[in-house]
Amino acid sequence: MSEKKPPVWLRVYTFIAYLYIYIPILILIIFSFNTMKLNVRWQGFTLSWYNVLFHDSQVLLATRNTLIIAFVSTIVATIIGTLAALAMQRYHFPGYNASETVMYIPIVIPEVVMGIALLVFFVMIKFTLGLVTIALSHIAFNIPFVALVVRARLHGYDKSIDEAAMDLGANEMTTFWRVTLPTIMPGVLSGALLAFTLSLDDYVITYFTAGPGSTTLPLRVFSMVRFMVTPEVNALSTIWVLIVFIVLLIGQIAQSRRA
Amino acid sequence: MGEFAVELRDVVKKFITPEGSELAAVNHVTMQIRHGEFFSMLGSSGCGKTTTLRMIAGFEWPTEGEIYIDGVAMGHTPPYQRTVNTVFQSYALFQHMNVFQNVAFGLEMEGVSKDETKKRVGRALEMVQLTGMDRRFPKQLSGGQQQRVALARALVKTPKVLLLDEPLGALDLKLRKEMQLELKALQQELGITFIYVTHDQEEALTMSDRIAVMSLGRVLQMGPAVEIYERPTSRFVADFIGESNFLEGKVKSVSGDQAVVVIPAWNEDLTGIAMTQVKVGDDVAVSIRPEKIRLTEDARIKENCIEGSVVSSTYIGSDTHVYLDVRGQRVKVWEQNRISTLDPRAYYQKGQKVWLSLMMENTLVLPRD
Repeated sequence: MSEKKPPVWLRVYTFIAYLYIYIPILILIIFSFNTMKLNVRWQGFTLSWYNVLFHDSQVLLATRNTLIIAFVSTIVATIIGTLAALAMQRYHFPGYNASETVMYIPIVIPEVVMGIALLVFFVMIKFTLGLVTIALSHIAFNIPFVALVVRARLHGYDKSIDEAAMDLGANEMTTFWRVTLPTIMPGVLSGALLAFTLSLDDYVITYFTAGPGSTTLPLRVFSMVRFMVTPEVNALSTIWVLIVFIVLLIGQIAQSRRA
Repeated sequence: MGEFAVELRDVVKKFITPEGSELAAVNHVTMQIRHGEFFSMLGSSGCGKTTTLRMIAGFEWPTEGEIYIDGVAMGHTPPYQRTVNTVFQSYALFQHMNVFQNVAFGLEMEGVSKDETKKRVGRALEMVQLTGMDRRFPKQLSGGQQQRVALARALVKTPKVLLLDEPLGALDLKLRKEMQLELKALQQELGITFIYVTHDQEEALTMSDRIAVMSLGRVLQMGPAVEIYERPTSRFVADFIGESNFLEGKVKSVSGDQAVVVIPAWNEDLTGIAMTQVKVGDDVAVSIRPEKIRLTEDARIKENCIEGSVVSSTYIGSDTHVYLDVRGQRVKVWEQNRISTLDPRAYYQKGQKVWLSLMMENTLVLPRD
């Protein structure tokens, strides 16, 4: 690898490119500390919007809902997606190619279409809309993402390490828990992180599958900003960005430790 | 204790190819491997040697026939219930475990105590000269060191039989030669049966007590290195192990194990030793190793002596490789450079006329296949 430093113009360009991406978010964060109720100019520093936020029972309820859905859907989708990826890696069965293609279709289907489809489906089978239907929907759209990430990680997986484990006296179960899973763990974690963040900020599908009392954060934010963006929303967004940032950071650290 | 360490009785392994047809990767193989033997399966890729090894390990099950380990029929016994261990071509080390954990894995599966494990892992690492490397991870080791970890991991289980699938294939030539000698020494010291799969004939000849030469799923010949090289029973084996000159002919007469063969291309009779039963009129191939032909300036012996002219000559240090034209047939002869000289005439020159003596005991009569 060459240790050459990039020329100055390239460094300036890179800096501007990053600004382009992050300036709106920076402004949003700054205005969350603004004393003025309108996001038009800087007036003075305050933490009161955070105080308002922490006492907004509807926001708190939405947060709770969002986290429950994110955790449940991530765990279930990660298990199913990982098993699917392993099966595709290990076995060749009739209809293999078709099943692989069908698996990834939900990724390219427009979210609106999937949302409407799920809504129609739940109504048809007379399933009451609420937290359960949102979680089921999130699991459904997360499975292909997890499977895709884990499958990429499995590419080039040396199956002789499983054979080595069995050769040394481990049965199929022990081999999976002690050798296969730890080996693919970085892929599984990346898949889980992706699923978690996708679930956390999903609006479209959640909008169609939510019922009374099952409002999630994205839904809540949209209803809050219907008339104007208040600093309270800024504060909420700031915390949100912070949480996603921390989750990604943990993922990165976990990845680099493995590698 | 069974009579043999491993025995294969009429084993067949069929696979379904992607096109849907049946393919016998291993085709009616019978072999008996003795206790404490260094046994090699030698052949080019696709000859069935690795499939045979994988069936002994338990990763594949025979379609027909039976495999016995120490006298016990294996049937569908899974790998983790067999008293054999494998060293894989890719090493197959557990990347998320350090060297100690890798080697200890097999003992942990047996439920060996912590103290005992520590002792045995230490001894195994000492055996492969990796003492002090316990805390390293596979990624931090060189190819040769990883190879040693794989070896220690299998040996720590004190298996009755160690299966090795081209374990030195990924190492460079010098390291490979070193490891060959080390492996052989280790095998003799431990007295464990080694079943070794390789496509490298020199490797097989160097290390093995006995070799099975395989081709297209069958064992063509089985025996000690010297027997395989000096007394091949088929043209394939004579060709695959070392090099040889082949002449086609017809048997004219047979007496005992000697046969006189008419070589139409030379319009000459050659007397040789029949490697298999032959009778008058059989089409045969006569095989003569290039190092076993003597070149002389004049005809010294009457029998099996023929004149030729040098087409090209290559000096390669210890030997000179001389290619000759003998009545329209190309013959190669390896002449040892026994005398140190710079005189080019000593190393044969293009167009030079010489006599080739093909001694009867070096002239092998093989079935034409």
